[in-house]
Amino acid sequence: MELTESQRHYWQKNLRVTAILLAIWFVVTYVVGFFARDLNFNFFGWPFSFWVGGQGALVVYVLIIGFYARYMNRLDQEHGVAEEE
Amino acid sequence: MAGLNPTGAAASGGAAGNRAFKQQLNKVYAWYTGGFLIFVVALAILEQMGMPASWIGMTFLIATIGLYAGIGIMSRTTDAAEYYVAGRRVPAIYNGMATGADWMSAASFIGMAGTLYLTGYGGLAFIMGWTGGYCLVALFLAPYLRKFGQFTIPDFLGERYGGNMARFMGIFAAILCSFTYVVAQIYGVGLITARLTGLAFEIGVFVGLGGILVCSFLGGMRAVTWTQVAQYIILIIAYMIPVVWLSVKQTSVPVPQAIYGMQLQKVTEAEAKLKADPKEQEVIAIFKARADEAAAKLKDIPAAMAADKAAAEQKLADLKASNAALADVQAAEKALAALPADEAAAKKAYTAVQTANAARAKPLAGMPAHAQQFAGNPDGDAAAQKTFNESRRNFLALIFCLMVGTAALPHILMRYYTTPSVKEARESVTWSLFFIFLLYFTAPALAVLVKYEVFTVLVGTPFDKLPAWIAAWTAVDPGLLSVTDINKDGILQLGEMKIGGDIIVLATPAIGGLPYVVSGMVAAGGLAAALSTADGLLLTIANALSHDLYYKMIDPNASTSRRVTISKILLLVVALAAAYVASQKPADILFLVSAAFSFAAAAFFPALVLGIFWKRASSAGAVLGMASGLGITFYYMVTTQPWLRGVFGVTSPVELWFGILPISAGIFGVPLGFAVIILVSLFTPAPNKKVQELIEHVRYPNLKGDTVKSLGT
Repeated sequence: MELTESQRHYWQKNLRVTAILLAIWFVVTYVVGFFARDLNFNFFGWPFSFWVGGQGALVVYVLIIGFYARYMNRLDQEHGVAEEE
Repeated sequence: MAGLNPTGAAASGGAAGNRAFKQQLNKVYAWYTGGFLIFVVALAILEQMGMPASWIGMTFLIATIGLYAGIGIMSRTTDAAEYYVAGRRVPAIYNGMATGADWMSAASFIGMAGTLYLTGYGGLAFIMGWTGGYCLVALFLAPYLRKFGQFTIPDFLGERYGGNMARFMGIFAAILCSFTYVVAQIYGVGLITARLTGLAFEIGVFVGLGGILVCSFLGGMRAVTWTQVAQYIILIIAYMIPVVWLSVKQTSVPVPQAIYGMQLQKVTEAEAKLKADPKEQEVIAIFKARADEAAAKLKDIPAAMAADKAAAEQKLADLKASNAALADVQAAEKALAALPADEAAAKKAYTAVQTANAARAKPLAGMPAHAQQFAGNPDGDAAAQKTFNESRRNFLALIFCLMVGTAALPHILMRYYTTPSVKEARESVTWSLFFIFLLYFTAPALAVLVKYEVFTVLVGTPFDKLPAWIAAWTAVDPGLLSVTDINKDGILQLGEMKIGGDIIVLATPAIGGLPYVVSGMVAAGGLAAALSTADGLLLTIANALSHDLYYKMIDPNASTSRRVTISKILLLVVALAAAYVASQKPADILFLVSAAFSFAAAAFFPALVLGIFWKRASSAGAVLGMASGLGITFYYMVTTQPWLRGVFGVTSPVELWFGILPISAGIFGVPLGFAVIILVSLFTPAPNKKVQELIEHVRYPNLKGDTVKSLGT
């Protein structure tokens, strides 16, 4: 079967949001992790990189997944590929 | 628990039915949570009235396992869709809780805060790795697997890559990583059961096994799901109460996660003080002298053996001559008899003494400064720079392996087959991570609060005034906790205490001065964590064998009830085998767990992700990619990990690649897996039209004009 234009767009948009969210995930985890020794300034009592490792990164992960679910569920509707209730 | 068996509208399916079912569930679990709290309060009152501690432990054990068994019996089933995927009507939030319990094993509940206590910043690799992996699950796998809508992960590999080879690789890898993981869980169950009841460890293993089996055996995924929700509720309550209590005690703020930065600063100050303390240095000097003495003995082993023997004989003769007490004489005789018999044994004994003492001859009892990122110094000399770079590289590599492994463990991915729709599968990952987050977000706080208590309250206490929990835990296992007055000043120095990471969480209630009932509850929480993970893993193994191997590859005409029966029998066999291995106490449990992650990462992740995102990925590429990823990971571990080297008799010198430790072997397997799949696929024909359509099918929650049939949507 041939995909329609709208369906093709759906997949493109999905790939784009996936890439953006993955980039955020990468920065929070690996870039902050790599420069952990330098990002040592005081952040409400914690050294910043310690706080990111213990709390901050986790909050960002939850937000990433939550945003993706919301975004995609809406995208399903817009492109007519949502499941029928 | 009637709510777990949907009746009327709920059973007939549809959105209204699902909503009604969810409301029913809300009611059941609200009552359940209330009931659990009343049960704990009742026990607390009984404790005040004089109920002995061992009875409380026993009550917790019997009540919780009985409860799980009850849910298992009520959810019994022989229907395939119910048995394998809980009828595909688990609401997102409940699937999230079940995944949370499935995910958080004994290692998360008991071990992680302890690891953080012992390693400080370095331990955060586990926190980030075991949560960040869910981003990969959400973005790359869960919604697509749900749309695919079969029963197992090898199912997907088999359909997508065609032919039995890919499916078989999937079965092999699923069993390899799940079995290593389940052995570790059953070991944890045995340990906690033994603590709670005072039974022998081996008996504890089999008692705990009963609790696991009654659930997964009778009701498969359906029973496991509803039990896991119940287990999650217990484990999260049990984890939070002691931490909140400690936080209130130390800072009078009941939100430990928000306040422990302050305590971390105080811990850092205490560390500086302890490092400069002359008494601590005295203890370190004594350990160093002992290590040096052993090193000197190693230089001339025969002479040292002779000297040891002469000294022991002399001591015995002196005791006998002075008419010493019989016990003293017997002890001296025993010491003489225990001297190493030959040179090889002596060498081993002296080396052990040397390493043990050298390990303790370090400031802060060998722990790094809690807030310090990585060992070594980037601005120091060449050696310090090398230490720094390797420490940082290993930290990042471990995070990578744990994350990718999380996104590839079949028992977790399988859970996303159980939601009613793709939409709910996406939401369900959010809930999963949220429920896991609650515990992981708290663990770093727990570690810091306990460390503050130890550094500022415990250290400096006279030996005759030590709190009772120290003696109690030393009696359980001196390997986990031991205190000795090394410099004979009658006061506890940090260097004189040897503590194992596994008791930090279990001992927190006692450290915080809470009544025993809370200790019992924490142990029950640990038990819930280990049981729930073991349930999910056993189910994965049994399903891989019965559904993928037997039904799909050996006898495609087998009837549904026959498949479910075979699955149940296999479950029993696998569980007994795992319990047998666990009761042998295999050397390195923590290593086994991390090995499972590296195996899963290298075997599944590249094949699954490319299978969805790259239509060109071919069958030959996937099979070779999985084999080479798994192969190199296994090879690296066998040649570098001490225990595995012993098992496989490897004697060549250890050669680390880029200084990466064996725990992170997956860092080589995953990229190699990707590379091999891509290269081989480019040299082999593209997949046929049917597979191309299957890929389109999984990419869209609802594709109009789609010819591929999906289950449950």
